[in-house]
Amino acid sequence: MSDATAAETAPGTVEVTINGVAIDAQPGELVIAAADRAGVHIPRFCYHERMSPVGMCRMCLVEIDTGRGPQLQPSCMVPVSPQMVVDTTSERTRRAQEGVLELLLINHPLDCPVCDKGGECPLQDQTMAYGPGESRFVEEKRHFPKPIPISDLVHLDRERCILCDRCTRFADEVAGDPLIDFTERGNETQVLTFPGEPFSSYFSGNTVQICPVGALTASPYRFKARPWDLVETESTCTTCSVGCRIAAQSSRNELVRYLGVDIDPVNHGWLCDKGRFAFGSVGSPDRVTTPLQARAPSGAASDIADAEPLRRFQPTDWASALGAVAAAVKAARPGAIAVLGGARGTNEDAYAWSKLARTVLRTDHVDAQLGDGLPAELTVGLPAATIDEACSADTTLLVCGDLREELPVLHLRLRGAARAGTTRLVEIAPTTTGLTRNAVRSEQCRGGEAASVLRNLLDGDDPLAGELASGSVVVVLGRSSVSESAEAAAEVAAVISARVPHARFLVAARRGNVRGALDMGLAPGMLPGRALSASPPQELAAAWGELPGERGHDATAILAAAASGEIDVLFLLGADPLTDFPDSMLARLGVSGAGTVVAVDSFVSQSAAEADIVLPAAVFGEKSGTTTNLEGRVSAVGELVTAPGSARADWMIAAELAVLCGGDLGFLSVDEITAEIAAVCATHASAIGPDLAADGVVTSGAAFEPELPPEHVAPARDAYGLRLVCNRKLYDGGVTVSQTPALAPLAADTVMRVHPVDLERVGVESGTEVEVHSDRGALRLPIVADAGIARGNVVVLFPSPHIDVGALIDVTAPVTDVRIETRGDGVSR
Amino acid sequence: MSFFTEENRSLAREIIGRYPKRRSAMIPLLHVAQAQAGWVSEEAMVEIAELVDTTPAEVLGTCSFYEMFKRAPVGTYLVNICATMSCALAGAAELMEHAEERLGVRAGGTTPDGLFTLASAECQAACTEAPCLQVNYRYRYRVDADGFDQLVDDLAAGALDDEIPPHGVTARVRQHIPAGRAVGAVPPEAVTEPPVWISAAVGNGAGSA
Repeated sequence: MSDATAAETAPGTVEVTINGVAIDAQPGELVIAAADRAGVHIPRFCYHERMSPVGMCRMCLVEIDTGRGPQLQPSCMVPVSPQMVVDTTSERTRRAQEGVLELLLINHPLDCPVCDKGGECPLQDQTMAYGPGESRFVEEKRHFPKPIPISDLVHLDRERCILCDRCTRFADEVAGDPLIDFTERGNETQVLTFPGEPFSSYFSGNTVQICPVGALTASPYRFKARPWDLVETESTCTTCSVGCRIAAQSSRNELVRYLGVDIDPVNHGWLCDKGRFAFGSVGSPDRVTTPLQARAPSGAASDIADAEPLRRFQPTDWASALGAVAAAVKAARPGAIAVLGGARGTNEDAYAWSKLARTVLRTDHVDAQLGDGLPAELTVGLPAATIDEACSADTTLLVCGDLREELPVLHLRLRGAARAGTTRLVEIAPTTTGLTRNAVRSEQCRGGEAASVLRNLLDGDDPLAGELASGSVVVVLGRSSVSESAEAAAEVAAVISARVPHARFLVAARRGNVRGALDMGLAPGMLPGRALSASPPQELAAAWGELPGERGHDATAILAAAASGEIDVLFLLGADPLTDFPDSMLARLGVSGAGTVVAVDSFVSQSAAEADIVLPAAVFGEKSGTTTNLEGRVSAVGELVTAPGSARADWMIAAELAVLCGGDLGFLSVDEITAEIAAVCATHASAIGPDLAADGVVTSGAAFEPELPPEHVAPARDAYGLRLVCNRKLYDGGVTVSQTPALAPLAADTVMRVHPVDLERVGVESGTEVEVHSDRGALRLPIVADAGIARGNVVVLFPSPHIDVGALIDVTAPVTDVRIETRGDGVSR
Repeated sequence: MSFFTEENRSLAREIIGRYPKRRSAMIPLLHVAQAQAGWVSEEAMVEIAELVDTTPAEVLGTCSFYEMFKRAPVGTYLVNICATMSCALAGAAELMEHAEERLGVRAGGTTPDGLFTLASAECQAACTEAPCLQVNYRYRYRVDADGFDQLVDDLAAGALDDEIPPHGVTARVRQHIPAGRAVGAVPPEAVTEPPVWISAAVGNGAGSA
């Protein structure tokens, strides 16, 4: 018998019988997981396929016979074994399920009518499906004060909690922030935070999603809607460039909730809190709803603008606004039009603007990055790796900012991989990061010197050189600070490529769809399909016709040209250089020096407030199309709510403007653009159709090999100074945070952080306000000690709420050295 | 500034050094904290979390599991009077009433001088010696009213100091492990051999079954 079974079983699998049907399970697979794959649902509360099983709730008890007769066993704790027989519907199983539910409901309040989970509650649903229908418990239930906030975003109702350990396990295992734990274990067990230390994890929203009862609720969604009233569409989060798959839900034409959707290659169902709650900015009352025209020319009325930005403007209609833009375009000198931005839209938006700029505006001065990314050629042209490859490479080298702050879900994936031992993380950073604990090695360096540190390691007799040479290597490459030039990061690529030719790169671009915008040619000298304008692919040349000959300016050069009066029309495509461009002096001169500034934006940002014309743009959730994540994965975004007022998608504005300027982009719908992209871009040929849902399509390859910069010696240190490192925080001074009511209060404080020894050298107490000087400017900021900062660095958040850190940065300098000055007694305030 | 005394701080470091993982020292350090102050304050938990490299929430989760870690101040002498069956039959209720009268506090209360905390306890496994009580977990058997009064007088006078240290002190003489024998923090990947007790079993053939 066993011989016969072995012959039938596929190699490497285990045959088990579930409810009389033989199935092939994976060795080591849990019974509950094998049953799931076989389409047999076993009820459960604590089991979650992305976390280790604990067997807390007992709901998944089924009869399992491993040759010693059927026994009730928790199917989430028992791995399959050959000839195992499982019965999930037997009388004993049914009675066990009834018993467990009766027990769980003893202290669970039946407040379903006022509970946010009601209607989508696993406890409610499974009680209906498997419960006894009545209770023998007539005594008083346990009472706790109704919901207590355990963080700014999450509320806890302990009466409803069934102690399944999902949230606490998530916080510990997945997020690495064990700030909630079971306390008072025994008959008083409850989940709690430590007094005065809230559950302020960047991932706290996930606990709300995985809570199988209504014990954890998120403040932005509490009492907003009932699940059966929600309209849902599957989409891709574009808050950062990880591209987590989400289910966006709306009620009465208002986005009310995002839920993480579990796709294997990207987010495993998790989201960061910024992405999860960013829908608040979509429904913000501050959105621009109608085109605006400045009453006076830009610059002339900046004192009014400072007091009340909107008073500078007068609402108008699209025809007049676009007419004015077209007139400015027609009056512009040749080569004096520039387009900044485009990373916020869809691929279709980016393609439309790329085509508009090249074929109608006849300019190559386009840049989707605001001097804060890697050179575009490297971002799209370096040999690419996927997130999965980074999680399974022998060595994953991190030379980028703190991923927990910049790309939180990539941080989760890498952290999980390091804990599971599927990859070894090696990190080179100017500060400790969220992954330092999980890295097998963490080298600290002064700002801008990662390439030199790496070169010394690889050229010396360090074991790292051998490790990299002998195994697969993925480099997560990014700008660890905007106060260093992009060449510093490019040089890292050069150092690695020269010594580890088989290394592949995952470029940690930050902004939502910056990768898509670059792939669509929103960078000087680039064309859609990761091609260079110097050698345009045939299909594209045929579709686009003649292209601007000379390579255009990047963001820095565009602003510099505008500052010297060489730009007549400057389009800001969802770009806010006054906030986001590292060198704020250049940004200010550029925006005020440009002839006509046209801001296509959803808010009157700092830069839009200086514009001559503001065109209201539709944002995420209000338009459909595709987006590209940092891997080059193209996936669909869905339209769910109507844009406010007359705001419209960026591509529509481009198409309309093309006609007014005497051209024609040749498309009238998003689907036509998606099809055109697939037709003219060899890289995107497969990025069309239903595959764009769920996992999306990884577009790979580029039409060129990027040229790597020459290696050079690191700039000399100023022995008396400190090196400025502008790091990122998840909750920064950006518009997504400031316009989302739930997140705005969480924005990080602006302080300077230095190593305690450096602070001692400065000679003031931690927390003292000091003056910091660079060659470019000066600021007053509190300075605090932080042992996580490498010696010689001073770390400041960028962009900071209320403080113009960019005043210190000269974007043409390779690094920014600063001096700290105290006022005499050191107790200035 | 910090909760632990300088002496206990270096003791904490020594204890942490005994274990391959810092977190393993959490419960021993809770004992050190309770020995120092008589109870475990939030301040102590925060400091322990820092020392063993975890969050205060996890220290609270562990600390609150153990009834004998007190998270509010208790008297120098914690008097637990058993109230379970055998003792109850042998007059525990009367003893408790007398104790409340004598100390002037209800069960669960602490005398104003901070010397005594009176508590009612579950079975202490001394049923043959009922009614029994414990002072800082040191037994007193077949206690009657006079015996209780004598005990309180002796404790207050310091006559029992040698036998019964203040609450929280587990033993006056602490065992020290020489630094050379401490395991110290070992990264998991550095452990290649199975532990001695497993390899010994494997050698005997007992582990293969």
